[in-house]
Amino acid sequence: MALKIVKGSIDRMFDKNLQDLVRGIRNHKEDEAKYISTCIDEIKQELKQDNIAVKANAVCKLTYLQMLGYDVSWAAFNIVEVMSSSKFTYKRIGYLAASQCFHESTDVIMLTTNQIRKDLSSPNQYDTGVALTGLSCFVTPDLARDLANDIMTLMSHTKPYIRKKAVLIMYKVFLKYPESLRPAFPRLKEKLEDPDPGVQSAAVNVICELARRNPKNYLSLAPLFFKLMTSSTNNWVLIKIIKLFGALTPLEPRLGKKLIEPLTNLIHSTSAMSLLYECVNTVIAVLISLSSGMPNHSASIQVSLRSIQHYLGLLAMSKILKTHPKSVQSHKDLILQCLDDKDESIRLRALDLLYGMVSKKNLMEIVKKLMLHVDKAEGTTYRDELLTKIIDICSQSNYQYITNFEWYISILVELTRLEGTRHGHLIASQMLDVAIRVKAIRAFAVAQMATLLDNAHLLTGNTQRNGICEVLYAAAWICGEFSEHLEDPLSTLEAMLRPKVATLPGHIQAVYVQNAAKLFATVLRGQEGAPADRTVAQETSQLLIDRLPLFVQSANLEVQERASCILQLVKYIQKLQQKDVEVAEEVTALFAGELNPVAPKAQKKVPVPEGLDLDAWINEPPSESESEDEGRKPKGKAVFAKEESKHTKPRYTEVDEKELAKRREVRKAEQANNPFYIKASPSSQKVYQDGVGVEHIPVVQIDLSVPLKVPGMPMSDQYVKLEEERRQKDKADKKKKDKKKRREKGEKGRRRKGDSGPESEEDITPAHMVDITTEEMPENALPSDDDEKDPNDPHKALDIDLDKPLADSEKKLPVRTHRPDEVLRSPVDDGEGVEVVPELKKKSGKEKKDKKKDKDRKMCDIQGNLQDGSQVVVSVIFENKCDSFIKAMEFNVLDSLNSKLQRPEGAGPHDGLTVPFQLPPGISNEARFVFSVQSIVMPQKLKGTLTFIVKTDDSSTHEKLDFKLHFTCTSYLITTPCYSDAYAKLLESGDLKGSSLKLEGVSQPFHHLLARICFHHHFSVVERIGSCASMYSRSIQGHHVCLLVKTADQTVSIDAKCDEPGLLGNVLDEIKLTFSQC
Amino acid sequence: MMRFLLLFSRQGKLRLQKWFTPIPEREKKKIVRDMTTMVLARKPRSCNFLHWKDLKIVYKRYASLYFCCGLDAEENELIALEMLHRYVELLDKYFGNVCELDIIFNFEKAYFILDEFLLGGEIQETSKQVVSRAIEASDMLQEAEIDNSDYDLELGWP
Repeated sequence: MALKIVKGSIDRMFDKNLQDLVRGIRNHKEDEAKYISTCIDEIKQELKQDNIAVKANAVCKLTYLQMLGYDVSWAAFNIVEVMSSSKFTYKRIGYLAASQCFHESTDVIMLTTNQIRKDLSSPNQYDTGVALTGLSCFVTPDLARDLANDIMTLMSHTKPYIRKKAVLIMYKVFLKYPESLRPAFPRLKEKLEDPDPGVQSAAVNVICELARRNPKNYLSLAPLFFKLMTSSTNNWVLIKIIKLFGALTPLEPRLGKKLIEPLTNLIHSTSAMSLLYECVNTVIAVLISLSSGMPNHSASIQVSLRSIQHYLGLLAMSKILKTHPKSVQSHKDLILQCLDDKDESIRLRALDLLYGMVSKKNLMEIVKKLMLHVDKAEGTTYRDELLTKIIDICSQSNYQYITNFEWYISILVELTRLEGTRHGHLIASQMLDVAIRVKAIRAFAVAQMATLLDNAHLLTGNTQRNGICEVLYAAAWICGEFSEHLEDPLSTLEAMLRPKVATLPGHIQAVYVQNAAKLFATVLRGQEGAPADRTVAQETSQLLIDRLPLFVQSANLEVQERASCILQLVKYIQKLQQKDVEVAEEVTALFAGELNPVAPKAQKKVPVPEGLDLDAWINEPPSESESEDEGRKPKGKAVFAKEESKHTKPRYTEVDEKELAKRREVRKAEQANNPFYIKASPSSQKVYQDGVGVEHIPVVQIDLSVPLKVPGMPMSDQYVKLEEERRQKDKADKKKKDKKKRREKGEKGRRRKGDSGPESEEDITPAHMVDITTEEMPENALPSDDDEKDPNDPHKALDIDLDKPLADSEKKLPVRTHRPDEVLRSPVDDGEGVEVVPELKKKSGKEKKDKKKDKDRKMCDIQGNLQDGSQVVVSVIFENKCDSFIKAMEFNVLDSLNSKLQRPEGAGPHDGLTVPFQLPPGISNEARFVFSVQSIVMPQKLKGTLTFIVKTDDSSTHEKLDFKLHFTCTSYLITTPCYSDAYAKLLESGDLKGSSLKLEGVSQPFHHLLARICFHHHFSVVERIGSCASMYSRSIQGHHVCLLVKTADQTVSIDAKCDEPGLLGNVLDEIKLTFSQC
Repeated sequence: MMRFLLLFSRQGKLRLQKWFTPIPEREKKKIVRDMTTMVLARKPRSCNFLHWKDLKIVYKRYASLYFCCGLDAEENELIALEMLHRYVELLDKYFGNVCELDIIFNFEKAYFILDEFLLGGEIQETSKQVVSRAIEASDMLQEAEIDNSDYDLELGWP
């Protein structure tokens, strides 16, 4: 023995300790992985040694490697071994490793239950502390259930050190085992008034966490917390309490009124920023709960907000903004300043706030500021964020805040100059949306778009990557569709047919081609009137004929198809032109029909004519429905803007006029209940104009006349000009309030500044009639905000009424003594019941007794631990379950020939051993007894008695408890790994005698079966091939036990070999028993 | 509740990790990666708070080490910052002017200190004295055990 330890310590000198490992890793920077893999091999060797110090060192190193990202789950069992060391030094390391490496699916966790219970009841408070700390990291529902009672007991421990840890860990236990909440809550509540501040703060922490998830159950604690809040000086605790009140006030508005005063006092008095912030947050919550704002208080909040660090201040403001927008709006300048902050996250917060702050009055100013930032911004992400924010801000609630759409169009045009943005799409959809829905702006928009097309080369630096070229898509479509507003359609047409266009993405080219045809129609109509222009008209046709072949060759099918169609059309027109036939009217008719914006939900508003069953099939064309449906259900706020996004699919280009027309037909057709309109000829459009259901479609009606703008003006100039105009408009806004006389004067002033067109009064009236959506919405369309709580939320289970008095059955937590009991479902006998559960590594039996009229209770955890093959250590946990004090316990066993309790020298063979402690009520403790065992071939049962004195207040009685200790053969086996070659040699040697066993009706999967044998009977798998496995184990006296397990059709056959047939027979019987119990 | 606490160097090397809720290994690795890239990319003197998924991230740099923790959305960022600072103070007191190497070579000690200060993601002890006393006492216990075992070794006694 001594030699072994000396040898161990010599080994240890050559072992690497943690420092060596760390140093080694730092010295092997180039081949770290290789170095670590050799280290892991060393660690594996160290873990095989018996010396616990070596093992602990190895586990410590593993914990470090785990942090570096290496998988150490294979060592889980060794960690458990180190955890169960009796020395604090190693136990500490073991628990640390466990808390770092274990998680809920770590299977060895279930082996730790008893070890942890032992440590929890250790007389050494640091053992208990270390166990609690570890448990907090890896507690599973099973552990929580089994240990809840022990931890609850610890909440009333004499040492505050243990109490506070126990209180905190109860929260984790509640989460995993919600049934424990009600029984434990009264005690937890007591701890709020614990004399030790640490315990008190722990209790506040736990209750706060609980209450925050399910506040209504904790309202009754409000007075207690109020008292704590006004009396406590500990800022950490105060913060928690104030946070708790923040959760409670929404449920109880009266509480809010009461809180305002102490909170404002704190706000003014405290120097701790964190407390201040918490107060402000709660005051906000209170204000939200009190529907009426309190102006004086919000003023004080504002003062404090300013002093808080920017980021949090902004966060808090965004909360206020939702209910008290006015009080935030006065901080506009401050928030705009935040946009200059170096920190991106602060800027983004500020942007969020701005979104909620805009009004008709300040929109332009804010956007102007943002535009400046866009120019300055470095980093595309932030710039893109700015861009989307600008568009969001402007387009929010249906352009509610925009008073001047020209300004908005120019902003959009300005934004197109951003390089490398991903949001070309967004800009394009905004352009389309505005141009379609705001009729009055079309002329202006078309002019701007024509300029854009003309300067297309500026946008298409790197076509493939550059998202901004999407804008051209919108531009081309707007110019084509509203070509009647174009000043010089010919030049735009020319711009659209430049060879460079062929480098654009396919879907854009397709739009170009289609709209070129529309423009062509416009040009023809403009030119045919005067005979002098005939040649010009013919030249235009020639232009198309020259340029279109470029598109006919396009690789994109859509482009190709459209181009060849139109090319043929133009060729035909050219022929007619040469014969001096007037074609303009007919060509224009191809694209006739006005495009009206339709609100997204308009269709729903159309009443279904009486007697019409929309669900009935008219024909049976199931395949046809698909494409139509898509067209009918625009989901967004704007029909075309949303559809536009689908255009990435080149085959589906619906901006094409024909297709739009088709769609109108579809809609119309539905109203008229006549599906055959779908394929109607263009002439039917006239019918459409005065169709029956048209009046029902709400149409955006924007009536504003737009001043003429000079098209083709360079962008930057335009921006300056717009600014000027904006200012004039502001002035005009003011003037509008005055009499007409003064207004006229204002107009003169504007003209003097050189505006090209007569600016009408309507320009001054905010042109924001886009708000018809409100009436388009069905009345019952409520926002579905009431999102249900996540059903997976563990806190939901803790929604338990705590005020209800505890039922008797609940007063005590259910106690499960031992986890494997559960797994095995073995009969748990009361009274004299004896049961042995194999447990833990070396060899251990476990016996549990639950007896004595519920008066007291002892649990004997027999952990036979044989270092030398003839000794078994039995650990017995004594737990006092009665209300009286127990002392003078004496443990005695009737020795058999084979097994004897080791008694101190000089004691007689029948003397009992005194248990070296006494047990107060509810306390448990552990004692160990050593037995010497001669033969391990047979299982044995030993009878024993425990005598003790139960001391009550007035009397003391002597009592006796009988028990049995059961040593199974399995418990003499040690899990020992074996390599397959050694295993083969062993079988070949012929020293082993065989035996076999058949199990019928085993339905569990094979790997479960193997795991069961490994776990309960201490075997290890040597090799597994399909449904056949070889297993090995060794007894403490060196017997080899080999198993060959096969399975087929619910039948398991086990062929076994062992050098001791008696032992083998008993082990097989025990295996059989295990499976018969499951 | 604090979900996790990470210490990492400027090079992104993890020096300490504490997970207060059980998280699968793969998820842990992802979080560590996200945290290091996110926090290390921040410029000096920018704000100490970030939002990541549904968590609040609070970090602070002390010398060459970043202390970074993830909080539930309702938590108070400023108190978390103070918790980080308190932990640094505790380390400082224990090691005496703590540096990164102290934590690398005595990483288990750093964990033990943390375990006395926080438990299950909640603050366990607000008093610095109480925490240091608990650490000292456990260390004493450990030393006593080691002394005894050395004595055992000399005598050849188990």
